[in-house]
Amino acid sequence: MKAYLILEDGTVFEGESIGAKKEVISEIVFNTSMTGYLEVLTDPSYAGQSVVMTYPLIGNYGVCLSDKESVKAWPDAFIVRELSRMPSNFRNEMTIEQFLENNDIPGIAGIDTRALTKILRNKGTMNGMITTENYNIDYVIDAIKKYSVTGVVKKVSRDSIKRYVPGDLGTNSKIDVEKEVAVIDVGTKNNIIRCLLKRGCAVTVYPQNFKANEVIASKPDGIMITNGPGDPKECVDVIAQIKELYNSDIPIFAICLGHQLMALATGADTKKMKYGHRGANHPVKDLETNRVYISSQNHGYVVDEVSLDKNVCVPAFVNVNDGTIEGLKYIGKNIFTVQFHPEACAGPRDSEVLFERFIKMMED
Amino acid sequence: MPKLDYIKKVLVIGSGPIVIGQAAEFDYAGTQACRSLKEEGVEVVLINSNPATIMTDKDIADKVYIEPLDPSIVKKVIEKEKPDSILPTLGGQAALNIAMELEEEGYLKEQNVKLIGTTSLTIKKAEDRLEFKKTMEKIGEPCAASEVVETVEDAITFTNTIGYPVVVRPAYTLGGSGGGIAHDEEELRDICANGLRLSRVSQCLIERCIAGWKEIEYEVMRDSNGNCITVCNMENLDPVGVHTGDSIVVAPSQTLSDKEYQMLRSAALNIIDELKITGGCNVQFALHPTSFEYCVIEVNPRVSRSSALASKATGYPIAKVAAKIALGYTLDEIPNAITKKTYASFEPALDYVVVKIPRLPFDKFIKASRKLTTQMKATGEVMSICTNFEGALMKAIRSLEQHIDWLDNAEYKELPDEEIVELLERIDDRRIFVVAEAIRRGISFEKIHNITKIDLWFIDKIAILVETENKLRTNTLTKELLSEAKRLEFPDNVIAMLNGMTTNGVKELRKSFGLTASFKMVDTCAAEFEASTPYYYSCYGSENEVKSDSDRKKIMVLGSGPIRIGQGVEFDYCSVHSVWALEAKGYETIIVNNNPETVSTDFDVANKLYFEPLTPEDVENIVDIEKPDGAVVQFGGQTAIKLTEALLKMGVKILGTSAENVDAAEDRELFDEILEQCKIPRPAGKTVFTTEEALSAANELGYPVLVRPSYVLGGQGMQIAISDEDITEFMSIINRYTQEHPILVDKYLMGKEVEVDAVCDGNDILIPGIMEHVERAGIHSGDSISVYPAQSLSEKVQDMLVDYTGKLAKSLHVIGLINIQFIVYNEQVYVIEVNPRSSRTVPYISKVTGIPIVKLASQVILGASIRELGYKPGLQKKSDYIAIKMPVFSFEKLRGAEISLGPEMKSTGECLGIAKDFNEALYKSFLGAGIKLPKHKKMILTVQDNEKYECISVAKRFKALGYEIYSTRGTYKYLKEQGVDVVCVNKIEQASPTLLDLILGHEIDLVIDIPRQGEHSKDGFLIRRLSIETGVTCLTSIDTANALLTSLEHADMSHLEVIDIATI
Repeated sequence: MKAYLILEDGTVFEGESIGAKKEVISEIVFNTSMTGYLEVLTDPSYAGQSVVMTYPLIGNYGVCLSDKESVKAWPDAFIVRELSRMPSNFRNEMTIEQFLENNDIPGIAGIDTRALTKILRNKGTMNGMITTENYNIDYVIDAIKKYSVTGVVKKVSRDSIKRYVPGDLGTNSKIDVEKEVAVIDVGTKNNIIRCLLKRGCAVTVYPQNFKANEVIASKPDGIMITNGPGDPKECVDVIAQIKELYNSDIPIFAICLGHQLMALATGADTKKMKYGHRGANHPVKDLETNRVYISSQNHGYVVDEVSLDKNVCVPAFVNVNDGTIEGLKYIGKNIFTVQFHPEACAGPRDSEVLFERFIKMMED
Repeated sequence: MPKLDYIKKVLVIGSGPIVIGQAAEFDYAGTQACRSLKEEGVEVVLINSNPATIMTDKDIADKVYIEPLDPSIVKKVIEKEKPDSILPTLGGQAALNIAMELEEEGYLKEQNVKLIGTTSLTIKKAEDRLEFKKTMEKIGEPCAASEVVETVEDAITFTNTIGYPVVVRPAYTLGGSGGGIAHDEEELRDICANGLRLSRVSQCLIERCIAGWKEIEYEVMRDSNGNCITVCNMENLDPVGVHTGDSIVVAPSQTLSDKEYQMLRSAALNIIDELKITGGCNVQFALHPTSFEYCVIEVNPRVSRSSALASKATGYPIAKVAAKIALGYTLDEIPNAITKKTYASFEPALDYVVVKIPRLPFDKFIKASRKLTTQMKATGEVMSICTNFEGALMKAIRSLEQHIDWLDNAEYKELPDEEIVELLERIDDRRIFVVAEAIRRGISFEKIHNITKIDLWFIDKIAILVETENKLRTNTLTKELLSEAKRLEFPDNVIAMLNGMTTNGVKELRKSFGLTASFKMVDTCAAEFEASTPYYYSCYGSENEVKSDSDRKKIMVLGSGPIRIGQGVEFDYCSVHSVWALEAKGYETIIVNNNPETVSTDFDVANKLYFEPLTPEDVENIVDIEKPDGAVVQFGGQTAIKLTEALLKMGVKILGTSAENVDAAEDRELFDEILEQCKIPRPAGKTVFTTEEALSAANELGYPVLVRPSYVLGGQGMQIAISDEDITEFMSIINRYTQEHPILVDKYLMGKEVEVDAVCDGNDILIPGIMEHVERAGIHSGDSISVYPAQSLSEKVQDMLVDYTGKLAKSLHVIGLINIQFIVYNEQVYVIEVNPRSSRTVPYISKVTGIPIVKLASQVILGASIRELGYKPGLQKKSDYIAIKMPVFSFEKLRGAEISLGPEMKSTGECLGIAKDFNEALYKSFLGAGIKLPKHKKMILTVQDNEKYECISVAKRFKALGYEIYSTRGTYKYLKEQGVDVVCVNKIEQASPTLLDLILGHEIDLVIDIPRQGEHSKDGFLIRRLSIETGVTCLTSIDTANALLTSLEHADMSHLEVIDIATI
């Protein structure tokens, strides 16, 4: 069945419909990872967006369900050049096509994803519609333009507190628990929790409507604020609670959206990037050691460097390509936040050592 | 960290002559690195014995020594030039070994020279099997169970503890020389003994056999600050068991999930960090196909063939970055030359698929075993890029120029299914065609997978191609079907053949549907950043990215495709120099080529690079978009020449010698007319098509005769026939492929062979020099020792040569280069071959005369005259130096290959010996080719009857040098009668001890075995093979033997002088 991708600038791509047969309007973003499409699909940070994979062959190794980063797939739609008809991997359980259908996610295949990526790169992230119906461009363009990503943190976060111990999420149950960590789930990937469990942490995960005083009262050794989707400034309530966490003396490590929320909570500003960083090849430099790590990234907003108050926090990591802030160290506080994803999945594990830094922060 | 201050003068060691396992990739890496060093203001001193390379040009390094890569010579260069550092990681294993030797003996310390780019400790940890295993154990990276052995018995004892099969890997060898898989004790004895002999340190690794696992490689970079990145990973379509150089390789990996990809990536980084490599490194893994178990196979702590491939596949210039790292820079300080926005500390993201297929030399060695093992056999490779795997595979297949444009190999059509299944078990260069045939027969994917272990994903992709074939055979060519076939890169001629149309018909139909190729950019970043480097590949059904508007006139230079015997790196040298010369004259240059190993496909050589197959259709796609003002075909060997007619049809102007005149040189009748007009004699000859015609021609001319197809390079299929049986056999070999052009049968004259390269501007000619071959006619010019300036030609003969060259160039209206081969026989000069194009000797003669021939030819092509360029026409003044080009062979890599020399070229590379004195030049050229004698002063001499007379003096001279000579009965008797004292030894079939036992005793320096032309005796073949496989020098020509004698008689290393050719 034919499907169309209509961008808000009027560009139309014609391809084949894949996955669920339904119409969606969404923000279109591209990801340059060459592997890890399932991790991308199940990353809650993509809620409200449709993902274009720049690598042209998707689905080659099928779907290995244990690689999911959350309970379900989050993007509104999936855009690829070619889906493999023969998934081949010893852990494969189904095709991507089936997975998309099971998750009720529509998509489009057979389009020139590089041409699409170039449009997004040149004009910036924009909205688009995927449909299998005949459309009237004048009529749909307005609707496409009107779309904005809202309410996604609420959508992806959990409803209730959940506790994890080593042995959960496929980790080794023989690991001794040495630390208690509170995780604020604003859209967490499983591997953040897994990285903590593997290092001997018992983890209590709080939903996005958590109360800071409850978290502080539980006396965790440390707090982790996770990744998540959308415009950070929308999370007014969460930011207020995080401000309280900041005021406690509990060591805090935050990733991605968590990093942005902490910055906003302490008076800095965030801004939307032209087309964001989404991929598995972004170099970030640790300003303390000058070491460069290749990192996994997925963000469309960034902490604005000019808004930083040097007395509150200073850059700890920068992006080698564009110089944007990739991490902050909070002055006089045991708080450390990064924009990139040390938990990887998908992507390189080079910066997973930062979890060890967090463990040390809790020990000091 | 910024550049290290103390580094001011760096010695770069090249990789020497091209042999299997160490080829043009090191010219690419070395050239890039030298330019990268010079960019930083460092003075570069280069030593490399290979004159055919671009890196040995005076434009590339400040001081250039084309000298033997022998530690003693490298020392002389160090003492003369006093560099502060040595960069040994760019010249392959050869350079690394020399650097290690100098370091280990304390010489570098003594001279206060530092190794940069790596340390000896790193090299040792990576290269020494035991050290490597220990290091891997320390960091918890698994290796296959293995043990280093120094005797065959130890190998057997160890194998008994882990069980057969085992892999044998000799330490410190090239391309896995001497390695293999042993399935039982007998095989183990055989392979291990051979491996121990070939290993520099007499060590072999005996290893658990992991054949059938996935083979995955990572190209990794690390700087002195410990920053690590992976440039890309690659998956071998052929599972473990086939050397990666002989495997079909895909980038990036296709069947690995992110978990496996990152697991191996982390392991690769872990390894490079532990080895403390500063620069580039290649890590090879075996990954169990149904678990997360993996083993580290090998680490190469230097740039390699794989790194060249990775550079071309991603656009990340590994050698350039490695050179900068060696100077002290860190990855985040080195800008990405493609995006200019990012830095070298960034991992390329691909949005296309890359396929590499090796070019194997079995068309030259039809008797050699085609079995692919852990010992590399390929001489070169092609790479292709497409947005899908099927398309990339199809493009790569036709890039090979092996008369096959799709997954069809006629050999299998008639075979029954059972035989196809049996063939699947055979691992050779045709396996992918067998897989396709098996799919056509309906053999299940699982069965194919179970036998071949090729991943089902790849098998399915091949099946998609087979299904499309069937649709093309049976269905009407609708727009949908044609668009799908083009998306999968079926060329028009194949579609036409399958669908019963004409190629032109398909092309027109396709264009009427609006189906044309578009071009995408290789940009390192999957379009995330804007890139400025015009490096393109074609695909269908996509937006075109090429901006073809230019205010300059455009010239397209056609490259020479994969490196193969007969068409080597020399032609890349010519293509690159032509590009540079044209660009200097203000033209926009466009290069088309498909060889990932070469300098020409470096993205900053031409203004635009099209990485495409060199077929008429693929070139036309580029022409349609670029509309070049002209094309140059005379520098890209036969590959480019073959495209002349097609280019003319496209309306592209051929610059330089016209197509008709190129044709006149190849067309026997036209050429004969020209010779007649010029009154130039040639050996009598005839043109034939059938065996019957050939037989009658041969009998009319009288044996011996030379038989060869026209329009070929490297004497492909050329043989000397001495009987009707020979003619019958040779004709059947030549006619394996339908011949478009007639076959030539010529009277064979056993005279002196002479070769001339010249530039002609239409009026005047410039001859840089005359080259004379040491071996008499009958041995291919590429396999002969060539001497410049000619030593034994009379004034009269030289004048004739110059006169004939001028006449021929003018009659053929040559504009640009011409190469002519002559025979001098009884003071008479005969023409045997004229090639109105660049030749194998162009780089060599350019360097030793200091005359930039390709540059001049390129300017002449653009309309300049030789006089305008400041040269006096005619034969140029002889150089003060004697320069000898010595062929180098790779016979030890090719089991079963016949090594005796003849009219079909067999050498893979060459080295140079240059000196003021002939004997010294000769000595250097033998040394450069690895012939370092004497050792034990024992040799074998066996000669056929009609050459026995000439062997008397050979034997006497060896005796005078103190050699003990062993001969079989005939030669023994003859020499005894002539008063030469030789030892008689039994022939192979006689009682022990025989010749074979003697060779296996490891005390023989040299075997001289002169077979009769067209000899089929098994004995001689066995002796020659055995000597090659045991590392004994084997000569098959009396002339070569005499040259070696001259060299040995004057061997006095003490006064050898090294020469900087930049001063010539």
